[in-house]
Amino acid sequence: MVKEMTYELRLYIAGQTPKSVTALNNITKYCEEFLKGKYKIEIIDLLETPQLAEGDQIFAIPTLVRKVPEPIRKIIGDLSDKEKVLVGLNIRKV
Amino acid sequence: MIIVMAKNATTPLSKTPSGISGLDEVTQGGLPTGRPTLICGSAGCGKTLFGVQFLVKGILDYNEPGVFMSFEETVKDLSVNVKSLGFPLDKLAAEKKLRIDYVRVERSEIEETGEYDLEGIFIRLNHAIDSIGAKRVVLDTIESLFGGIENAAILRSELRRLFQWLREKGVTVVITGERGEKALTRQGLEEYVSDCVILLDFRVADQIATRRLRIVKYRGSEHGTNEYPFLIDDQGISVIPITSLQLNHSVSKEIISTGIPMADKLFDSGGVFKGSSLLLTGSAGTAKTIMASSFALASCKRNERTLYFSYEESKEQLLRNMMSVGINLRTYLQSGLLRVQSVRPSLSGLEMHLMMILKLMEEFKPQTVVIDPISSLLSIGSISEVRDILIRVIDMLKTKKINAFFTSLTQAGSSVDDSTVLAVSSLADIWIELTNDCREQQLGRNMRVIKARGMSHEMQPQPFSTTSKGIIDPRPLKK
Repeated sequence: MVKEMTYELRLYIAGQTPKSVTALNNITKYCEEFLKGKYKIEIIDLLETPQLAEGDQIFAIPTLVRKVPEPIRKIIGDLSDKEKVLVGLNIRKV
Repeated sequence: MIIVMAKNATTPLSKTPSGISGLDEVTQGGLPTGRPTLICGSAGCGKTLFGVQFLVKGILDYNEPGVFMSFEETVKDLSVNVKSLGFPLDKLAAEKKLRIDYVRVERSEIEETGEYDLEGIFIRLNHAIDSIGAKRVVLDTIESLFGGIENAAILRSELRRLFQWLREKGVTVVITGERGEKALTRQGLEEYVSDCVILLDFRVADQIATRRLRIVKYRGSEHGTNEYPFLIDDQGISVIPITSLQLNHSVSKEIISTGIPMADKLFDSGGVFKGSSLLLTGSAGTAKTIMASSFALASCKRNERTLYFSYEESKEQLLRNMMSVGINLRTYLQSGLLRVQSVRPSLSGLEMHLMMILKLMEEFKPQTVVIDPISSLLSIGSISEVRDILIRVIDMLKTKKINAFFTSLTQAGSSVDDSTVLAVSSLADIWIELTNDCREQQLGRNMRVIKARGMSHEMQPQPFSTTSKGIIDPRPLKK
């Protein structure tokens, strides 16, 4: 068995808005379901660290960025469409 | 910041100097402070440059830091593109006067699912503005977002919110937009930005390209409604606010010499009023350029800065030829008091010439301007167009109390019948005609004052000769 792939995800939010909370709940749910033990989610609140928005080219909130594995992928929105998120992150269903 | 009272308005509308030379005269003070202004036009019309210049001049001339948010060009591209104009973006950024943020929106890299907003752009802008205390912001071209974001409904409502937020933030904003086929901009940005809309236009007619600018609307302010030609050169954009000039210049009573003693004697005052405009007409070979050069030399001798437009002779040719009649212009050319601008009229359109003249006047700040000859401008425009241009030049010269000397080539015979001359003669304060006459099988030259506003003068033609000492009266001295 090849080395297990880990997912490093970043969720950019701007304060605890309903959209951001929904997005966080959604991605945690999908990860627990498909990537249990193989993922990290870092939450970046741009209200606290606005200087980080430029680096990942964030313009929409919330934005989920898949840093690892490369290439970087971005999904904007509250992540309510499960299929689209899984396809977007390239996570295969078990 | 300049405060201008709008007519019939109770609150003053404050304006921010645009940094675009000439535009503030058209807009009577600049762009609306603390509000967005939309600059629209087709590709290559100078929108981005307008934005960059607005920021750079804002920093250099008015000490107002600025933020440039680019949706099209990367920071590096932008910096390289305007470097030729001497806009040191890197340096200003290092000094924390300028911040450039490139927002990359690439649809292929982004998935959209569910609700979102564009708070990311707000945060980036807010951070950039606050980090340098920016007073000016440019968004170039925010319409690019329409290509990168699927959900146009969200985008539109967010744009509305963005412009509202920028107003509350109190920054003066320039937003660029691509010209649409039916509307002013492709995405109808003019619906969101209703304070001030400026249209830039680039068109080619008769193989001569002209750029024009028009203020489409300016809420709460008077503004010029014409199309104004503008120029993009090594110093950026400049607009010529042609029609803003008026006939209310003050006049001088001081008398100056024409540089030719015998011509001075034609006037009872012994010279001409300072700041007046002289028109010298004559057919080929009547010593017009010699008189013009004498006038320029006299001006230099009075220690006045002198600008000489030579449309038919190159600078060196002019210097050499004048040397042969004892007019040494080279010394003053070297000392920088004299500037000879030698250019073929057909090189560019009339409006470009006008702008070159006005721009050089702005730069060099001459006290005397010679245009030799104005008739060659007719090769690139109709009589009425040339007349229009000359009115503008003369108005500008008068406003600045600059001595003006124009020569004009006419058909052999009396220039009084010449239509070109008639068109411009009314603009001149003093009109002197030179003629070649054949008398008793000898060629003789005569000068005659046809008109001289506010001065009594000799009516009879006076003979003259050109010698190695310049223009003299060949007759023995009267006692």
